[in-house]
Amino acid sequence: MADSPKLILPDVPGLRNIETYMQHGGYGETLRKVFTMSPTAVTDEVKKSGLRGRGGAAFPTGLKWSFMPKGNEKKKYLLVNGDESEPGSFKDRQIFEFNPHQMIEGILIASYAMQIDHAYIYIRGEYEHWIKMVRQAVAEAYDRGVVGPRMKDTFKPSGDGIAYSVDITVHKGAGAYIVGEETAMMSSLEGDRGYPRVKPPFPAASGLWHSPTTINNIETLANVPVILKMGGDAYSKIGDPKHPGTLLFGVSGHVNKPGVYELPTGTTLLDIINKHAGGVPGGKKIKMVIPGGSSMPPLRGEQLEGVKMDAENLKAAGSAIGTGGIMVMDEDTDIIKVLTRISKFYAHESCGQCTPCREGTGWLLKILQRFEQGNAREEDIDLLHDVAFNIEGRTICALGEAAAWPVRFTVERFREVFEQRVKPGLKIGSPNRVHALRKGGLEPVQIHVPMVERV
Amino acid sequence: MAIFSNEELQEFTELQKRYGKPAATLLPVLWRIQEKRGWIDSDAMEEAAAICQVPKSHVEGVVQFYTMFFDKPMGRFHVQVCTNVSCMLRGGEELYNHVRQQLGIENHGRTENGIFSLEEVECMGACGGAPMMALNDTFYECVTTEEASKVLAETQRAGVNPKPKFVAQLPELSEAANR
Repeated sequence: MADSPKLILPDVPGLRNIETYMQHGGYGETLRKVFTMSPTAVTDEVKKSGLRGRGGAAFPTGLKWSFMPKGNEKKKYLLVNGDESEPGSFKDRQIFEFNPHQMIEGILIASYAMQIDHAYIYIRGEYEHWIKMVRQAVAEAYDRGVVGPRMKDTFKPSGDGIAYSVDITVHKGAGAYIVGEETAMMSSLEGDRGYPRVKPPFPAASGLWHSPTTINNIETLANVPVILKMGGDAYSKIGDPKHPGTLLFGVSGHVNKPGVYELPTGTTLLDIINKHAGGVPGGKKIKMVIPGGSSMPPLRGEQLEGVKMDAENLKAAGSAIGTGGIMVMDEDTDIIKVLTRISKFYAHESCGQCTPCREGTGWLLKILQRFEQGNAREEDIDLLHDVAFNIEGRTICALGEAAAWPVRFTVERFREVFEQRVKPGLKIGSPNRVHALRKGGLEPVQIHVPMVERV
Repeated sequence: MAIFSNEELQEFTELQKRYGKPAATLLPVLWRIQEKRGWIDSDAMEEAAAICQVPKSHVEGVVQFYTMFFDKPMGRFHVQVCTNVSCMLRGGEELYNHVRQQLGIENHGRTENGIFSLEEVECMGACGGAPMMALNDTFYECVTTEEASKVLAETQRAGVNPKPKFVAQLPELSEAANR
């Protein structure tokens, strides 16, 4: 455990202050080196690293950057996605809190590689406390001249270097899960309701105000300075070769030490749960795990042996990496109650543009409530599956899949639970067991970053 | 038409330069209105529409779309309790019901003295600190029902909410950080 590289959240107290960050090499040699490279060479280095997006889809980052058109006929924008609103995901928050300058340095490098004019950091409104931290960090960076018009002097290039500057604006959301979807985020930033847009055109062709735009996740960008510092080849050797680097795994639910753990990709799911997050309270068996945030297909406890946490291996295991938000449920958990809560969330958050999603998410919830209340019929099991199946692929954005996957895969993988529920006289479990077990007061959230910084 | 001073209107004009389009500052303008008034009424929507150069109907649509904008007066302390999966697994529903009974109001309700309002919220990004509740911008994580009662009582008594047990401390904020 001690040997795991800490690339995003190193154990450095006070790293969120710019002085400390600069003492540890931030805004220094790496950035100066970048500004002597050609933008294409920077993108190539990121391609070489194999970095894949950390927001959910795990799309190759360098490739995404290369979609941006060259030339300057229109302004270009970078939209930094810090909206994380998926239940089970709370990783970006740690970057805002403990290492915001690495994210800002990543924004500078990405912006240079794509010749961005302005970068917007969009953060969910509920994170007001953390928005202030990021605003403070951005203000410090402006004061030091490492961001904004003064960059041209701060990083004055020698020889063949290229003078470059970019502005950064922090934008506060106002509470809408759908805004985490990239085109919905663009709508929201433009001052509209956060409705997703039909693709194509893709944002690189027509994004914010019809200009070329790239949208990257907070954690993705926080990896970029590390890649440019150690080199793409060296970075590609960390973790799983097909999905290299470290990931911030947010572990929640029935574990002894919930929290965020930075570990190499390819770490096994059971190691994360048992070794890092302290195992399941009371030594109970695991009934179900959702490995990447609430929209991902859940896995049965018996399916977990040998499952590795990276995009390719998790896909092979029948799920997806998503945001790396691992939700653990013990043997006493009422699966139907959990699934009903998930469906309530997606029914609440559907923006309502597409009929299959608007109507389908409501129907999923209604049918699940019948199961929860003991009023379901046997044919409701297949009906539930059919409704979920008929949402998938029929919507503008991926919220349709996000709502359908947990339902469809839970019905497929836990069919006996639904069959038992339509029989009378069933004893229903309780998802609140851990809290009941710990009446004496809960421990603080376990994060590997030293607690000395927390009051 | 008198929510903002000339200085504040000038600030919005400066902010609009960062976005290129006045409409894009609608969310920041609405946030500022809610900070000043506690909620966004019809007159405020009209003023926001004028600042952002959009129709008032557009502003109404945006206010309705986002859950954090209030179109009716809420309590001075808006209490939010998460009952989504990660919190539910660790007692979020129990906590919500406890707070609801303590305050004697239902979801989206407000106490008669106007001090508290209540909301059962979707995920707040505190899954590792579940169960959680929030009073305005302050998150209380790993909170038991007993602690929740103490927080509410202390807030009612002192008129300010107590510091949470586990939270990072903000560094001194410069003026720019508050914009």
